[in-house]
Amino acid sequence: MKKKLFIDKSICTGCRYCEAVCSLVHSHNHQVQPRRARIFIHQDLINGIFTPIVCKQCTKAPCVEACNFGAILIDPLLGIHTIDPQKCTGCMACLEACPFGAMFFDSEQNVAIMCDLCKGDPKCVKFCRALPHIGYSALDYMTVDEWLRRRVRLALAKE
Amino acid sequence: MSINGGYTGKILRIDLSKKSSTVEPLNMLEARRFIGGRGLAAKLLFDELPSGAEPIGPENKLIFATGPVTGTLVPGSSRYVIVTKSPETKLFLDSYAGGNFPAEIKYAGYDLIIIEGNAEKPTYIWIDDNHVELRDATHLWGKTTFETETSLKKELRNDTVRVASIGPAGENLSNLAIVRNDYWHRCGRGGVGAVMGSKKLKAMAIHGSQGVRVADPQALMNYVLTNVEEKITKGAMAIVATGLMKYGTLSGIPAMNATNILATRNFQKGQFEGAHEIDLDVIRSILNVRDTACMCCSIACCKFGKVKSGQYAEAKSGSIQQETHSMIGSNLGVDSEEFIVKVSALCDDLGLDTIGTGAVISFAMECYERGFLSQKDLGGIDLRFGNQHAVIELVIMIAYRRGIGDLFAQGIKLASEKIGQGSEEFAMHAKGLAYPAYRPGVSSPGFALAYAVADRGACHRRARPFVAEQTLAPFVTEGRAKLYKALYDERIPWHCALCCDLATCVLGLNFKDAASIFSAVVGWEFTEEDMQTLADRVASLIRVYNLREGATRADDTLAPRSFQRETNGPAAGKVFTKEMLNSMLDEYYALRGWNREGIPTTETLDKLDLVDVSKQLKKYDKLGMIK
Repeated sequence: MKKKLFIDKSICTGCRYCEAVCSLVHSHNHQVQPRRARIFIHQDLINGIFTPIVCKQCTKAPCVEACNFGAILIDPLLGIHTIDPQKCTGCMACLEACPFGAMFFDSEQNVAIMCDLCKGDPKCVKFCRALPHIGYSALDYMTVDEWLRRRVRLALAKE
Repeated sequence: MSINGGYTGKILRIDLSKKSSTVEPLNMLEARRFIGGRGLAAKLLFDELPSGAEPIGPENKLIFATGPVTGTLVPGSSRYVIVTKSPETKLFLDSYAGGNFPAEIKYAGYDLIIIEGNAEKPTYIWIDDNHVELRDATHLWGKTTFETETSLKKELRNDTVRVASIGPAGENLSNLAIVRNDYWHRCGRGGVGAVMGSKKLKAMAIHGSQGVRVADPQALMNYVLTNVEEKITKGAMAIVATGLMKYGTLSGIPAMNATNILATRNFQKGQFEGAHEIDLDVIRSILNVRDTACMCCSIACCKFGKVKSGQYAEAKSGSIQQETHSMIGSNLGVDSEEFIVKVSALCDDLGLDTIGTGAVISFAMECYERGFLSQKDLGGIDLRFGNQHAVIELVIMIAYRRGIGDLFAQGIKLASEKIGQGSEEFAMHAKGLAYPAYRPGVSSPGFALAYAVADRGACHRRARPFVAEQTLAPFVTEGRAKLYKALYDERIPWHCALCCDLATCVLGLNFKDAASIFSAVVGWEFTEEDMQTLADRVASLIRVYNLREGATRADDTLAPRSFQRETNGPAAGKVFTKEMLNSMLDEYYALRGWNREGIPTTETLDKLDLVDVSKQLKKYDKLGMIK
């Protein structure tokens, strides 16, 4: 069943645990380097506002369409995107194509990188801690159905 | 000893006089002995700075130090320390901050950055991995820290560049000057900003694209997810942690007020009438507080708030902290949240330490109310306790050293010596460093000891015997020395590793946790005993440094006011005596393996694998340098 990342940017503290752990679990030599992460926290430090930027798992994906080398694959069942580093030429066409700025680039390996949801067990979600007074975390991972219901709850709460 | 993880293995040394930079290998034997951060930087300062070096000038060094844990996944691990010789205390100084800048030092590939010499003209350092460049900062000189950071991000065309800078206070060599990074994080206390200003170094901008290796990622991740998680929710400190997550460090204020240790009107009292009403939820709501965090911290004690309306509308602060809140609030007799945010932001922009500035202003207010300073002396300011407008004017005068501000910019100790007339009685400092917001004395003999013996002067971040002291018999000295040592020791491994000591201590991470985490990150085996030895080693090393610079047992004392009889609160009628302090000092020195004069014995130093330091100490003693 397709599952999606749920993001509530209004409570993101900008701690970048997601970036750090993402880079570590995807590193071939056990390194932490947030610039090699597949999630990015846009920091508006002056106003204390933080926005997680990560793949939205488009079905008709601009990144896939932009890739001339067939390097980006989508698992139709789970909705997980993966990039084949053997096929990726590092042309960055996918980075240009993504309207959300959610494609990234590993300048060490010279290939495009994107969220692969850790094959269905996203570590960023594990490390995104809920503050007790908020009760839930900024990042979560759930079925599309549950995702929709939470979106509705969030919209109603803002009314 | 090879590097498996944690360390980058490189030290960047920048000589501003020679306009040169070199990369040196990290001495791994020293790294094993002192771990990194505070311990390693203290050893470098001890080895490299001549005795009696002038803090303001080319002789002094600024060591920006990280540790093996910095930039990894440990909670609070984006933290650095600046180690230098303090212009305010003329002793050892370590000053910490969090944010994103600290991890960036590691990502750029350095464990430590040592800055030496003086630049001829305003300079900033631009570090992009291996590229190290000294650039002209004439156009930034005079700008606030806020403007400097924004300008540099524009100039370098990258808003993920991390910047640490000084403001006008640092340029004007004020002993109250801070180094500010990531807009809202500051290395305060002791005048680090003045040392940087004297080097004509306006800022350091860093961009790093290299990785920090973790020896055993699975072990580290499991540790953070299971052990740390369990401590947050079920540990002994869980309640404190929950409060900290919601209200930041302000969570301690009601209890401080109740136990009579909340700095009030220059420490005349420990309870503030305005604090009885403090409702932390109301503060959250009137300032529209957002929870923000340093990199890789799940506590999020930095509370971002903005004043919505009134005379201070639009004033904002990304780190509303208890120390600022009390030193600018109750200690100045003001109970306006909006005012506190305004002054906090003003101090940050001008590059002033809110603790030191709050302390010196409260001192000035008392001098004024007692008639030691006239309105004419103050340039026409009516400096009564509670006069908000006067505070704002004086803050600006201090930063730019205008009028009487020139005197107060030197800090509370020098100001009281110049004003004289007995004002030393209520100049609230230890070793020259102003008291932070916890009021020591008979209500808290634990804090009295903590302030008196702290190596950098009155300090609440060596140990904060606030919660733990409540379990001991009140108003007496029993158990305090042991408690202080235990609390302080528990923090030292984190000061070295380098990780936020507030986060780790609120999470209740003990020596066992430290040893496990260090082992997972670095890949060497560490034990609980190693952590204890490290703590004792670092404490004794810094003690020897301070002794060499002229400190003695007599300096381990408090302001005269702290020995006065208590007039109100739970301890009314009781008094904290010199004898009580002396008995705690005797006990503490003995626990540390120091003699009655507070000098570490040869056996202690040798046992702590500090034979080299012990030899130096003997040499200094022969030269008559140890008093």
